[in-house]
Amino acid sequence: MQGFEYANPATLKEATALLGNGWGDAAVLAGGTDLLTLMKEYLMSPKRVVNIKGIKELGGISKSGAGLRIGATVTVDELMSNAAVRAEYPSLVQAGRGITSPQIRNMGTVGGDLCQRPRCWYFRNGFGLLGVKDGKSLVREGENKYHAIFTGQPALFVSASSFGPALVALGAKVKLASASGTREVDAAKFFVAPQNEGAREIALLPNEILTEIVIPAARGAKNATYEVRHKDALDWPLAAASVSLSMKGATVASARVVLGHVAPTPHAAAAAESLLAGKTITEAVADEAGKAAVADAKPLSGNAYKVQLARVAVKRALLAAAGKA
Amino acid sequence: MNDLEPKHPGKKKSAFSRRGFLQGVGAGTTAAGVLSVPAEAQAPKAIGPGAVPITLTINGKAMQATVEPRVTLLDCMRHYMDLTGAKRVCDRGTCGACTVIMGGKVIYACSVLAIDAQGKQIETIENLTASGKTHPLVPAFVKHDAQQCGYCTPGFVMAAKGLLDRTPSPSYDQVKDGLGGNLCRCGTYVGVRQAVLEAAKGGRNG
Repeated sequence: MQGFEYANPATLKEATALLGNGWGDAAVLAGGTDLLTLMKEYLMSPKRVVNIKGIKELGGISKSGAGLRIGATVTVDELMSNAAVRAEYPSLVQAGRGITSPQIRNMGTVGGDLCQRPRCWYFRNGFGLLGVKDGKSLVREGENKYHAIFTGQPALFVSASSFGPALVALGAKVKLASASGTREVDAAKFFVAPQNEGAREIALLPNEILTEIVIPAARGAKNATYEVRHKDALDWPLAAASVSLSMKGATVASARVVLGHVAPTPHAAAAAESLLAGKTITEAVADEAGKAAVADAKPLSGNAYKVQLARVAVKRALLAAAGKA
Repeated sequence: MNDLEPKHPGKKKSAFSRRGFLQGVGAGTTAAGVLSVPAEAQAPKAIGPGAVPITLTINGKAMQATVEPRVTLLDCMRHYMDLTGAKRVCDRGTCGACTVIMGGKVIYACSVLAIDAQGKQIETIENLTASGKTHPLVPAFVKHDAQQCGYCTPGFVMAAKGLLDRTPSPSYDQVKDGLGGNLCRCGTYVGVRQAVLEAAKGGRNG
């Protein structure tokens, strides 16, 4: 790890004043579970590290009529233990449960989960987000069993965020602050598929801090997350699905179906969403929705197996949301 | 990375202590930014990259060291404080061999900066036999052959202690989940889980 200067601001205003306009100027430190690893691997070598854990206004979970506000530095464990989250947003609790290390749940933050860099082994070994070398895609020509199955983009890594799919399905907004003001971005637009090697996978700019996440009131909508995993111990899922269902009695008025770990961003499955409108969730309907969700998947040489996993994840998330799991 | 000049610990000591630093922030102290970033008038002082004095509270004792901000809690304990119980294995927040309890919660010491761990109560494996009082996890690990090469053992024991502190009578599944952040390449998982269940049954201390 390169040396750096360290700052421990007490307010958001102080913190944003410490950031720079380039990624190499300053890095925001919260849980540290990803940032320190990136720095040890020299994938990031910021001149300054700004610890935001001491900033009170970035913590805490609060519920209002409009919805739920989750501070960026709320840990995964705090989120999963929160009574309001447990009552209304089981999809977040289920997504958190997939982070199967108590240590990571105690350290890692919700903001950090959204901002963590991709786990793609080409990226982690210094070949960049697109994994291109000498004009050739290392991902397409090499090992790609954990990569994207929706492959219409130049980037073929998968978004590593555990909460991203659930937050997109719940229609959450992400708040970002810089020294010159704040802005709000739909969770769906916070994640970006980079089109060139210089681009980032999230909308955050180097001079910004993710400050909070706001989830609209559930208003009786049912939600769930289902992850398909290779093993119980700490690892990222192979495929996941988060769903949110607005109900009219026993039928679905409208549905959000968002896949995780299958594309560079959480992947909204529009075909599955329109198929579900007006239907009652049965095993057959859930299976059909799963099939529709992956109909346009184009897997790589080594990951066709993920298509079936994603399909099953959608089916099981729908059944869980409908209380039929 | 090789040209970082350590600061003399005695010199301007108060300027580098966390408390002095925070007081400086509260008073609206300005600092000339070292970087070419838009350092605005209210920017608090950044410290480092040279070594700065820090104080950690480990096993109830205040311990001092002078370390660069990039030094992790794990390396600070092992290299500067002679506390070698927590092990450095993956150093990437994956294997759990460096597990300690900080602020009542299990964490990976490799993934926390030492400078960031100031002001928190830190408990390490060394505390489980301190002052002649042995935690029941220790004999339970021996009885159930819960270690082979032993390198992961301190991390497993601390993860187990963190679990029992929070969930004194865990189910088998809770034990499995509580140890989900620790790896053992010898494969002693069965023995470890039995040891934790037995330690829970035998009552806890410490």
